[in-house]
Amino acid sequence: MSTERIDDVSGISTTGHEWDGIKELNNPLPRWWVITFYITIAWAAAYTIAYPAWPMLSSATKGVLGYSSRNDVKNELAAAEAAKGKYVAAIQAKTVSEIAADDALREFAVAAGGAAFKVNCVQCHGSGAQGSAGFPNLNDDEWLWGGSAEQIQQTITHGIRFASDPDTRQSEMPAFGDIITPEQATQVSAYVASLSGPVHDASLIEPGAKVFAENCVACHGANAKGNKELGAPDLTDAIWFYGSGETAIAAQVRAPKHGVMPAWIGRLGETTVKELAVYVHSLGGGE
Amino acid sequence: MKFGTEIVLLCFFTFLALVAAGFGVDEPFRQHMWVLFFVLLGFVVVLLRNTSFAAPAPIDSSAYMDGPVRYGAIATMFWGVVGMLVGVIIALQLAYPDLNIEPWFNFGRLRPLHTSGVVFAFGGNALLCTSLYVVQRTCRARLFGGDLAWFVFWGYQLFIVMAATGYLLGITESREYAEPEWYVDLWLTVVWVAYLILFLGTILKRKEPHIYVANWFYLSFIVTIAMLHVVNNLSMPASFVGSKSYSAFSGVQDALTQWWYGHNAVGFFLTAGFLGMMYYFVPKQANRPVYSYRLSIIHFWAIIFLYIWAGPHHLHYTALPDWAQTLGMVFSIMLWMPSWGGMINGLMTLSGAWDKIRTDPIIRMMVMAIAFYGMSTFEGPMMSIKAVNSLSHYTDWTIGHVHSGALGWVGMISFGAIYYMVPKLWNRERLYSLRLVTWHFWLATLGIVVYAAVMWVSGVMQGLMWREYDEQGFLVYSFAETVAAMHPYYVMRAIGGAMYLSGALLMAWNITMTILGYQREEQPLPGSEPALQPAE
Repeated sequence: MSTERIDDVSGISTTGHEWDGIKELNNPLPRWWVITFYITIAWAAAYTIAYPAWPMLSSATKGVLGYSSRNDVKNELAAAEAAKGKYVAAIQAKTVSEIAADDALREFAVAAGGAAFKVNCVQCHGSGAQGSAGFPNLNDDEWLWGGSAEQIQQTITHGIRFASDPDTRQSEMPAFGDIITPEQATQVSAYVASLSGPVHDASLIEPGAKVFAENCVACHGANAKGNKELGAPDLTDAIWFYGSGETAIAAQVRAPKHGVMPAWIGRLGETTVKELAVYVHSLGGGE
Repeated sequence: MKFGTEIVLLCFFTFLALVAAGFGVDEPFRQHMWVLFFVLLGFVVVLLRNTSFAAPAPIDSSAYMDGPVRYGAIATMFWGVVGMLVGVIIALQLAYPDLNIEPWFNFGRLRPLHTSGVVFAFGGNALLCTSLYVVQRTCRARLFGGDLAWFVFWGYQLFIVMAATGYLLGITESREYAEPEWYVDLWLTVVWVAYLILFLGTILKRKEPHIYVANWFYLSFIVTIAMLHVVNNLSMPASFVGSKSYSAFSGVQDALTQWWYGHNAVGFFLTAGFLGMMYYFVPKQANRPVYSYRLSIIHFWAIIFLYIWAGPHHLHYTALPDWAQTLGMVFSIMLWMPSWGGMINGLMTLSGAWDKIRTDPIIRMMVMAIAFYGMSTFEGPMMSIKAVNSLSHYTDWTIGHVHSGALGWVGMISFGAIYYMVPKLWNRERLYSLRLVTWHFWLATLGIVVYAAVMWVSGVMQGLMWREYDEQGFLVYSFAETVAAMHPYYVMRAIGGAMYLSGALLMAWNITMTILGYQREEQPLPGSEPALQPAE
């Protein structure tokens, strides 16, 4: 037990307690501390009167300001919809070509499509729409299924090889590994590579052209320029979807990859799909 | 026979673990039970090697029981380094995703390992060992319950090992800071109740007339964590030999229960518990009386009463009803001054000893801890204001806030307490090196400053990018663009964390050498000894 005494340094009395040598001074609560504490309590009380706060038996006090976060969101969304309303109505009424031809409407659709693109499309097509292996670049003027605004809209709406949409774009290059010999596959790959660049063994080109004429022209065309109706790519433009070079081409000849793009109409709705079509069309390569 | 009962019981549970490893219904559970089996087997082997049939030596009931405290100090240091190392690793994973090593060491599994590692393993052991140290000395009583303290210590380490290995195996309840599954939760409940009995029992047999303020804080921490842990983890296991359970709550009730727990884990684990630490070690190290007894009473009860209601501020602008959001916010605002009461009492305790900040690196560490405590307990209420929260929520700002509290307050006050305790626990004249403490102080402080500043910038930028609309009402940035913009900040954050970790490694070295009995020959710190007056 110890008794109250005066602390030499501060001149304040202690409480008289002592634990393991620790004493306590009998200082009062700091004035500013008490006042600030009271202010926060008063503010808290006032705030709970103004806003929904105290739970009652079946609901809670509503607050005199009538605030509700759900109404706030509803109003903000309604205001945003109203601000866009004029454009959205026009977009719904017009075709994508008409939208692209109208300066004010195109500007709006490109902004809207760009925002939608960032959320829904960049995962595959890249943040600059530049694509990557297996996912086409949307900035160039090379199109698998056509680059007019309407064709792009069709592709976005129904997707590509998307099984659950009956109107999806459909094509499936056969696995020629089962149809032609490995030697023929090597030859035709050399021929196809030769259309846009040098090949390592020029003697393969001629027999390769023969294999091509017998097996490939139905879809890719006699001049190998492709066919957008069938989604058959142009093989002469040095743009390679699944990798360049004879080895990559041979792999694609033997067992082709068949990429899938989802149908977006169900998720995004017609207005957004139209905006996306106008946006993608505006990227530079639109036909 | 020494340890006879313990060995029999442990063998029984080791056998049960083996059975569970055989009959488990899912692969992670079986793997986890194998881990448990080998850990328990290790315990059995150690006890068998240390058993003896001689009559036990009589226990001096007037002496303090410091064995578990010594082990706790070492465990604190060990888990601290582990937890902070994992923190640096996941910081680097965020900056360089290629560092994710599937499946065990990806970000999703390492992140809870880091949070639990620093909060419960490092912070928990720091609280455990300091509370047992403080309660004995301020009550002038040996720990209650014989070997109960040893059970609490080893039981808690077992909890940590089971929680940590569970995360790496992919076993999780997905509740933040409460990820361990039902069987690990049950074990922690047993250990925690034992801890409560141990602590309360010691207070009840005290020889001092009054209970010291540090013990109020420690006790409130132990009691409240017990309540939070039990309620938040109420769940139904899908199988009693499986690793999956389902929460008793659903939807927004589940979210609110989780954040009632999560917020008060911060409030009672990381605030109240460590205030208890501060109330003992700061007056001891400064050798000054506590500034104000009255303030300690008022701010203690105000914190205890107000903190428990503030959880809903983690759920602003969610499905949580508006009225609950309002209450969460106003209680957080009212919490500001009660929190600062601890800061005032800590800092003002130094009045009359301010010169020690210049001369004593341990005091300097404690003062920095209190300063960061004051800063983050101001920042917290500010971030709970709905308008601020609408910007800060879900961004790195929150991460920065948590770390200024965790690294600045929790870490620094624990370091100070360990530096104070270790020479006393092992009867060393002084630490191995005070200069290393100074190095630790600067590495840690600069590390926190880098970390927190970078996260503020990155968090505010992130929040602003998320909400930026163009004049036509469309979002300007995609989420991926905001992530790309944060890359440089993620790199800098990892550097700040690495600085803090390197300080902790210096401390581990310093503490180890102190325990081994070495003293580094070094120039005393400037001003640490009064300059001799020239003879006249």
